[in-house]
Amino acid sequence: MTADDRQSPNDPPLASSHGSAASDLVYRFTWQRLRENFIQFTLFMCALLSVLTTLAIIFVLVSEAVFGIPPERAFFQEISLSQFFLETRWAPQYSPAFFGIWPLVCGTFLIAAIAGLIGLPTGLLSAIYLSEYASPRVRSIAKPTLELLAGVPTVVYGYFGLRIVTPYFIRPMLRPADVFGIDWLWNIPVDGFNALSGGIVVGLMIIPTVCSLSEDVLRAVPRTLREAGYALGSTKFDVCVRVVVPSALSGIIAAFLLAISRAVGETMAVTIAAGQKPTLTLNPLSQIETMTAYVVNVMSGDTPVGTIEYKSLYAVALVLFLTTLVMNLISQMVLARYREVYQ
Amino acid sequence: MSETPTPRRPLSPLPEKPPIPTTSPTTFVGGGLVEESFDLALARRHRNGRIFEWVCWLATWGSVLILGVLIAAMAWQAFGWLTPKFLVSMPKRNPAEAGILPGIVGTFWLILLTAILSVPLGVGAAIYLEEYAKPTLLTRFIQLNIANLAGVPSIVYGILGFTAFVRMFGLARSEYLISFGIGTFQLTLPFGRTVISGALTLALLSLPVVIIASQEALRSVPPSLRHASLALGATKWQTIRYQIIPSALPGMMTGVILAMSRAIGETAPLVAIGAATYITFTPGRIGSLSEVVTRPDKLAQVPFDSFTTIPMQIYGWINEAKPDFQHVAAAAILVLLAILLISNGLAIYIRQHFQKKIRW
Repeated sequence: MTADDRQSPNDPPLASSHGSAASDLVYRFTWQRLRENFIQFTLFMCALLSVLTTLAIIFVLVSEAVFGIPPERAFFQEISLSQFFLETRWAPQYSPAFFGIWPLVCGTFLIAAIAGLIGLPTGLLSAIYLSEYASPRVRSIAKPTLELLAGVPTVVYGYFGLRIVTPYFIRPMLRPADVFGIDWLWNIPVDGFNALSGGIVVGLMIIPTVCSLSEDVLRAVPRTLREAGYALGSTKFDVCVRVVVPSALSGIIAAFLLAISRAVGETMAVTIAAGQKPTLTLNPLSQIETMTAYVVNVMSGDTPVGTIEYKSLYAVALVLFLTTLVMNLISQMVLARYREVYQ
Repeated sequence: MSETPTPRRPLSPLPEKPPIPTTSPTTFVGGGLVEESFDLALARRHRNGRIFEWVCWLATWGSVLILGVLIAAMAWQAFGWLTPKFLVSMPKRNPAEAGILPGIVGTFWLILLTAILSVPLGVGAAIYLEEYAKPTLLTRFIQLNIANLAGVPSIVYGILGFTAFVRMFGLARSEYLISFGIGTFQLTLPFGRTVISGALTLALLSLPVVIIASQEALRSVPPSLRHASLALGATKWQTIRYQIIPSALPGMMTGVILAMSRAIGETAPLVAIGAATYITFTPGRIGSLSEVVTRPDKLAQVPFDSFTTIPMQIYGWINEAKPDFQHVAAAAILVLLAILLISNGLAIYIRQHFQKKIRW
């Protein structure tokens, strides 16, 4: 390598004047060199595979949703964009089928909003605790435990939402009349499947994501800023809330975006706990269907390949993919800029 | 929150009640009033601080508590249903006799194949990006692309897997029979809803996670090690093979185990590719452990056979109408959580253990 640097191949006078040994180092073919190049090429191919995956995802979604390969017609070649975005009903199975994406978007939004209300503050507060208050020993116990929470499969969260959260937490609070037999209290109807339970479990699920990402950005805030705060007579609370959090704000927002994009893409928990009935509602106690749940619903059934219902799957998945992609991209860019500021 | 005078860690480097400077001009102008309000304000700030710390503490340990509640709730639901027989029986229509054996075996084969496919590719990509790649536009693009792939919803990978592996875009359609002398091995070309389709899908899904974790492990190897090896005349690959990979191995293993335990719990992509929820045989129809050695045809058939996994079985049981199946689902969840707890614990142990041991 150093030989390459000192005597570039474009420098024949030097090479010839130093005799054949040095030039041999540069030009001579060896099996060793071939092997090195071969290995580098193979590793480059591994890295390129990730780009291929992205291209494959885009190709699959676009070819079924936007531009069909000639004999086949894609979803948007049969259903107009105006129906997709202006219709308010999503009923692909009915005989005059309706393909308005809004009920699915609404369900997804409801889940993401509830999950955000629960997961984002909790995650941020625990990140502040871990980075500012906890002793190294406490952190060494709490962090791996929170990572375990992130490792719980989503199907388990779904079961937890449907069989534990709804009957033992939401129902007793909203329907004390039924559960405790007190009939003079409020009695709010709750569906067996409801957006609230789905949102709650997705919120629990994103806590570790928010926590570990925010903790990283909080810890990256330079010590000097904290010390300056103390020198001006701030209490620890002032330093946390008025110095550290504002300095890390862009990173925290990036973490929030990433967590919300996870909530949008979350599938099994919402399919199991929030139901499979597309409804245009903002009532968190009714049954809804998210975009991801619709995909699961169609794919676990026996929908014949080539029907419009089958193609609608790809259109929904395309919307889902683009939504999460935009959120992830913004978040990546914000995080990259944040790293530049403090490093 | 009442202010109980319990001994606690000082909240700030400032003393609780700083002495009021008597030489301050305010004492002459405003008399006792200014001192009083300063004291009060400081006390309020400290009280707010204490409440805030308490709230932060609650948020952290509350989240940890949720994990406990989750496991306790599952144990309560599964009480009496998680028996040794449950682990070794096939699923049945009768909840009392249902078992999880095909799920356990299916998960094993699926994750084995996923690891074989994704670990070399992921580690290779990470080595290229950390050791070879120059900071060109292409490298930055690949890096950004990997970060985004890690955020793509798993159901989208499921759709990709269904279209590309299960259906193969509706193109190929052929069957091959290969005779082993003691049996015949059958390969169909659109892979269909088989173990290999699932493994390819999960491999694509876990590839970005493996790459990112391995990159972090490689980055933590100090440059002096590379310089020393190159200075002694080792080639680039020799340096990587004999110095860098061994040093980064614990970190890589932690990342790989975490990625694989995420893959164990994945359900959505498997629902999308149409893995079975109810199946009464194990992949390859291998009946006992000895058949792995004595029947190579059955072993070869494993990747091309239908399968189910533990999460798929759980999903199937949750959708069952009979209420008793909910307890069966909870029992299966406990089995799944136990497997994940062991693998995650192993990953965390490797990280903690080697972090202490290796000192540069």
